[in-house]
Amino acid sequence: MDAIKNFNLRDKGAEIWAGWGRPVRSAFVIVVVVLVGLLPFAASWGPSSFLDTPITSFQNVLVYPVGMFVLMALGLNIVVGKSGLLDLGYIAFFAIGAYSQAILSTLYGWNTWQVLPVGIALAMVSGVILGLPALRVRGDYLAIITLGFGEIVRIVALNVSVTGGPDGIAGIPNPPAIFGFEFNLMFPEHFFWLVLALILLTVWMIRRFTVRRPGRAWEAIRQDEDVASLMGVNTLVYKLWSFVIGAAVGGAAGVIYASKVMVISPDMFKFEVSILILACVVFGGMGNIWGVILGASILAYLPERIRFIADERQIIFGLVLIIMMNLRPDGLLPRKKREKVEEKRTM
Amino acid sequence: MNFSVITTQFWSLVLQGLALGLIYSLVALGYTMVYGVLRLINFANSEVFMLGTFAVLWVEIELLGHPVTAEPLGGFELGYTLAIALVGSMIACAILAVLVELVAYRRLRARGASRLASLISAIGVSIFLMETTRMFTESRPQTAPRLLEKWSFGEIAGANFRIDTMMAIVAPIIIFIILDQFVNRSRLGKAIRAVSLSEENAKLMGININRVISMTFLIGGLTTGAAAFLYTTVYENTVFNVGFNMGIAAFTAAVLGGIGNIRGAFYGGLALGMMEQFASAVLGSQWKAVTVFVVLVLILLFKPNGLFGEAVQQTRT
Repeated sequence: MDAIKNFNLRDKGAEIWAGWGRPVRSAFVIVVVVLVGLLPFAASWGPSSFLDTPITSFQNVLVYPVGMFVLMALGLNIVVGKSGLLDLGYIAFFAIGAYSQAILSTLYGWNTWQVLPVGIALAMVSGVILGLPALRVRGDYLAIITLGFGEIVRIVALNVSVTGGPDGIAGIPNPPAIFGFEFNLMFPEHFFWLVLALILLTVWMIRRFTVRRPGRAWEAIRQDEDVASLMGVNTLVYKLWSFVIGAAVGGAAGVIYASKVMVISPDMFKFEVSILILACVVFGGMGNIWGVILGASILAYLPERIRFIADERQIIFGLVLIIMMNLRPDGLLPRKKREKVEEKRTM
Repeated sequence: MNFSVITTQFWSLVLQGLALGLIYSLVALGYTMVYGVLRLINFANSEVFMLGTFAVLWVEIELLGHPVTAEPLGGFELGYTLAIALVGSMIACAILAVLVELVAYRRLRARGASRLASLISAIGVSIFLMETTRMFTESRPQTAPRLLEKWSFGEIAGANFRIDTMMAIVAPIIIFIILDQFVNRSRLGKAIRAVSLSEENAKLMGININRVISMTFLIGGLTTGAAAFLYTTVYENTVFNVGFNMGIAAFTAAVLGGIGNIRGAFYGGLALGMMEQFASAVLGSQWKAVTVFVVLVLILLFKPNGLFGEAVQQTRT
């Protein structure tokens, strides 16, 4: 029993990975990426057709919620998992990205690829505006300020004319074709590949950060902010960086989301979604990229899969959260053991 | 923007703000007491409040047989009907709060899980309770019978001293005085304070931590139940997601006053209620929440531990 309890898939995986040479690793990564890339066709292929979702088609489910949630959970993981800052208003950055796309494309005729850098930049700027005052205060106050920020963005979108108020903005154009891939209702798999590319880019970015100075600074801040600052880490700057990079990922997700669904309204950016993304991060295993991806995929996919029991699915979702947290409080795939130190209780 | 309302309706807004704010501060106690001993945001408290409002409805309609269309009661019957509804809601909320602790926190605490894991399991409980209620009520708002006729003591300077408003002001003040005395004087109160200072030391002094934590949830549940009763009596309706906004407001109130601090919750709730009333009168009710959060951010920037400081933090080194 103890052996099962102490079994850590993350550590086991890391062990196997460390035993491989470079060519095997590259081959493995390519195989995994190709397999994931083929996912949109899984539902129409016999043996895996049980994956098919009722109501919304499986390929669309893969883009939203699954792909988008994975992307946002990865972004939030930088903030919550890597540097230990509790952000309860992450959806605000997603909303800012989505509204940039909606407004710039419908009013000024920009296409998605032009909006993407602008949307990311706007999300990052709002990250700075929120982070500069908010990151000076301690954990739980940070939680309520970010929660407030998320609500403020939604309420402003609800009450300002440029965002269309409660009706939102309709008629957002799809992204123009790129490398021969067309993006429209006929090809949801192309959107999935686009989101997959963004996810891979984000994973690569996080991995680079983790082994460099910012990653070590975040780790130090997460374990003990006071000690980190005594050791010469400029905590405010690095906390701000993790906040802003998380915001950038959220903004990018928002731009793509708006161009996919073509209609957005403030209802899509409620507090519940922030909580859901946070649940994805913790459920999968805070701080561990693979855990977060797995957790987000499951929590985004599960409610769609069981949509046929429309009334009870949210109840089941709540139960899953309770049971999972009681059985595996560190998430499905916890972070590496050596990174798991006793966090300071006053965090 | 309509600044003239500040002068023309000043006392009326103050009275409304007091009533709303004190209901907030009762719910805020559910957050602040638990935070004091566990350092955790009790996310499910909003659903405890929500089920409290339904408990009031159940007692009034099913148990005592007053249909929604019932005529207002009077005299002795009114007195004991309201008393039973109040007690029923408090007991229901207290039991529920203790159950929440058992299901969402206890095991995780025993295993030394991270704070975020507990937060997620509490969110799970919250979703479960809310969605179950949604299913049973079919998402429809429920109306409470008007058992208490809304007569007024009179009007002073434009402020209408209605019986339900007065009740929502007087009852919380009494509850706060009792609670304050209880925490400062009783043995259990001493134990609660000891645990919030240092769990380890309290354990060494022979305090049964699990029991103290259960009792803290119970007290938080009792005050949240009282808030649910007052809310239902004043606003006369409830819906499955009524706890959401109440929870955010109450949590903000707790933070505003300095989380973990009982007196802070009282003043934080008052301040928040006042701010909401004045902000919605001047800017329009849709900007209410924005104003509240902006003020909260400003206060935290200049007073990072809330208006009245964290009782716990001050004594901690």
